[in-house]
Amino acid sequence: MTRSPLTRRAALQWALVLPPAALLARTVGAAPAASVQIKDFAFVPEVITIPAGGTVTWTNTDEDPHTVKAVDKSFGSAALDTDDRYSFTFDKPGEFTYFCSLHPHMHGRIVVTAG
Amino acid sequence: MNDPRHPIDPDRDATGLSRRTLLRRCAGWAGTGALYTMSGGVVSSITLEAALAADAAPTATQPFTFLQISDTHIGFDKAANPDVRGTCLAAIAKIKALPVQPDFVLHTGDITHLSKEDQFAQAQDLLAGIGLPMFHVPGEHDMLDDGGGKAYLARFGKGTKGTGWYSFDRHGVHFVALVNVANLQPGGMGHLGADQLAWLKDDLSGLKDSTPVVVFTHIPLWTVYADWGWGTDDSEQALGMLRRFGSVTVLNGHIHQVIQKVEGNLSFHSALSTAYPQPAPGAAPSPGPLKVPAEQLPSMLGIRSARFAPGTESIALIDRSLSA
Repeated sequence: MTRSPLTRRAALQWALVLPPAALLARTVGAAPAASVQIKDFAFVPEVITIPAGGTVTWTNTDEDPHTVKAVDKSFGSAALDTDDRYSFTFDKPGEFTYFCSLHPHMHGRIVVTAG
Repeated sequence: MNDPRHPIDPDRDATGLSRRTLLRRCAGWAGTGALYTMSGGVVSSITLEAALAADAAPTATQPFTFLQISDTHIGFDKAANPDVRGTCLAAIAKIKALPVQPDFVLHTGDITHLSKEDQFAQAQDLLAGIGLPMFHVPGEHDMLDDGGGKAYLARFGKGTKGTGWYSFDRHGVHFVALVNVANLQPGGMGHLGADQLAWLKDDLSGLKDSTPVVVFTHIPLWTVYADWGWGTDDSEQALGMLRRFGSVTVLNGHIHQVIQKVEGNLSFHSALSTAYPQPAPGAAPSPGPLKVPAEQLPSMLGIRSARFAPGTESIALIDRSLSA
């Protein structure tokens, strides 16, 4: 991605186009990344949208261990204790639902858009 | 099969906690129609009597006692209890101090907290200190190894089938150990699975209706609280097979508090943990470990003894907290 000086108008236009920063961080030249917090037996946020090539990182902040397991088995973590993390890079577009194999009522979804 | 001398209302949940504060904190269920006995500390007891069967099994000849211990969570070290080894030892000391020693012990799962080898080793070492035969079922915390339960089976799987189910008989009572923490389905709760249900049908098929049955498994076999996954998706298929028996006692762990329910000849009893308490259904944002003041913790942990009086197929359960 080439750098170019942005006019104030162009900067405002980009700010409106880019997704909310809380959900998606984009640094010039770096792959997109998103975070999911595992808190109070829930995946927060429940749905993440990310372009292909992006990486999602789950962090467990509960005092109980949890896991992250794709329903279609395309990805899966080991047991995550408090403050443990798990990351997965989604190469292909698609929708991936996942759940916690210890507490299967916990669920989330990753929506991977074409890069 | 209600005995008019001891009426039990099968349409109500029953709980026998003797301290109102514990009732408010730990078990927001009220009930009527149950029998209670006191044995110091927090106590609950239900006596379930079935009619005398004309063809009582000749081997059901003597009273005997067994013990239930649950959710030891060896390896847990968070604020709710930084010393689960110490509270496990206190529970074991309590067992050894019982005036009538139990014949054997049932552990209803979550032996370890993270299924690590050193946690299994430490747990086995501690429990060996009871000096009694132990019968185990895994909890979901015991299925976290890379093999998804193979570490548990390596230690406790001898003589079991599938993910670790089995049955045995003692003094005319049939004990069934079920595993409902394997292959959990997305969006679901506990799960028994078709293979285990087929085995159960076969296992029960030769028994007379008058045989007292005890079923023990980790997650409750009735729906205590669906929002937190406190139930078993396909338990009705198992319960349907059990309803013909005159006395069925279902013992569970998982929820770290005593909640009980009577349904005809079936009675369901979840147990205290020896590690840490959990909130009453819906009393907190999630079912995670519940921190209480240190001096209160022993009253919320405990063990359960069970005494069978043969001939009447009755079982008396006594929950004893660690503060009693």
